[in-house]
Parts: sequence; structure tokens; C-alpha cells
Amino acid sequence: MPLLNTLPEYVLTTKTDEMLNWMRKSSLWYMLFGLACCAIELMHTGGPRADIDRFGAAPRASARQSDLMIVAGTLTLKMALRTRLLYDQMPDPKYVISMGSCSNCGGLFQLAYSVCDGVDKILPVDVYVPGCPPRPEALTEGLLKLQEKIMTERWLTKQSNGHGELVSEA
Amino acid sequence: MYFQFGVPLALAVIGVGMMALMFGLQKLLAPNNPYPRKLTPYECGEPPTGPAWINFNVRFYLIALIFVIFEVEVAFVYPVATVYLDWVKRGRGLYVLSEILLFLGILFVGLIYVWVKHDLEWLKKVPE
Repeated sequence: MPLLNTLPEYVLTTKTDEMLNWMRKSSLWYMLFGLACCAIELMHTGGPRADIDRFGAAPRASARQSDLMIVAGTLTLKMALRTRLLYDQMPDPKYVISMGSCSNCGGLFQLAYSVCDGVDKILPVDVYVPGCPPRPEALTEGLLKLQEKIMTERWLTKQSNGHGELVSEA
Repeated sequence: MYFQFGVPLALAVIGVGMMALMFGLQKLLAPNNPYPRKLTPYECGEPPTGPAWINFNVRFYLIALIFVIFEVEVAFVYPVATVYLDWVKRGRGLYVLSEILLFLGILFVGLIYVWVKHDLEWLKKVPE
């Protein structure tokens, strides 16, 4: 019986929330999911120079082990179905970073017949990273912004601010 | 009197207690939100087609076994072939030759066994 969204706002519950958030933001495992040229920058971000490992973000090969989906690149309509399925297969709680102009709004290819104009049409996006493609520093900033956002979540207390709610089937 | 069992007892209590704590905490704190699409098999985003538990022809298993005979043969004979001249120059050629022939002989017995059992044929007759 999970205690989610059941308890009043005591010091103990808010501190537990803080602890949960701290643990979650410190181990944001992201799914290796590159759709286009942004994936090169995503690889560099995991590489030794930008090194987002130091913030606890490690690449995982399977959706089952990931907390974070970084949509890196042009989302075609054909891939959108797969992306949604992959997102559904990730365990809760899960977060999405939309990386680059293409996944933000379609970018350069938004007039193309085959491109989904923005990943937020199919997924709830937490952080948008602008750029075409964004530099590794920009993606690192996006990750830090996401960590800030995670730290504001409430899990145990009833007063949920809307972030700590579970994603239901869309 | 039984103080010598204190350490194992403490270990057991701490071990069981830690496990109970961890599993209990995750039951209390972890979100549990299964829905049908989340529980579908992970196929790299592709919609899964058909069940994963399909019948696989048992004859491929036999072929894999027979493959082991020849593959091990090549893997072990080739290094011997590369150093064989050195051994001949050292005057131990006959020794190496007999060793490798013994090895080949053992594998050949395996091949004969497979042959006799009609496992080299794709269509096998059921013995009556």
C-alpha cells in the first residue's frame, strides 16, 4: 500500500519528500535514445568533457531502467508511435527533456509531411532545451533545470503541486 | 556461554532487518502505477507481434551440437599448425603430431556417432 498523496503536511512527510526528490535527481538515468543529429551532442554530453555522470545521470540501454527520456532530434510521425510506447514502458516516475529545435517544435523540418511538430504533442515534456543542436553545456543546463524541478515535487503529502502526479494511460 | 554465536546472530538479525527495511520502505514510498501499455514486452519501441514463447525446431539444437565438434576442431588445430614447424625443428614433431591426431580421433568418434545416429540428415525417420 503506497503512501502516495495520502499524508498531511508534517515535517516528517515533507522531509521524506525531499529525501525522495534528492535521491531521484541524483540518479537520473537517461535512456539512450537519439533520433537525429542532436544525438551526437547527447553522446558528447555523456562523454568526458561535459560528463553528466557527475550529476548522477548515466545512460541506460533499456526503457525499463530509465527515469529520463531525452528526445534528441527530429521526431517523425513514424517514430512518434514508438516514442510514445517507449515512454509508456518506462517505470514511474519518469521525466522528459525535449532537446533541440526539432523536438521542441519541429524546427527546420516543421513543414515536412512526415515530421511531428514537437514532442509535446505526444509526451508531457518537463524541460525544453533550445538550440540546433544544443551544445553539451546547454543540455547539462537542461538537466540541472530538471533537477531543480524534481526538488519541488511532493509525493507523500496531499497538496500535490501537479508535478508529483503519476502519468496515467493517455 | 553461547557468546561465540553472538556475531552470527547479530549478522543474521542485521541482514534480515535490512532486507525487511528496504523492501518495506519501497512498498510504502515507491509509486506503483501499472497500466496495460507499460506492461507490454519491451521490443525497442516496436509493437510486439505474437507471443515470445514460440516453438523452436529442436533440430537446430542438434545442428548447434554438431557445429561444436567442427568449430572446436578448427580452433585448436589452427594454433598447432602455426607452431608446428618450430616443434619439428626442435625434434618433437612426432609428439605433436600424435597429440593432435589423438584429439582429431576423439572428435572423429563424435562425428561417427552423429553419422550413425542419422543426425546429419535433415529429415529423420522415426525408429519403429
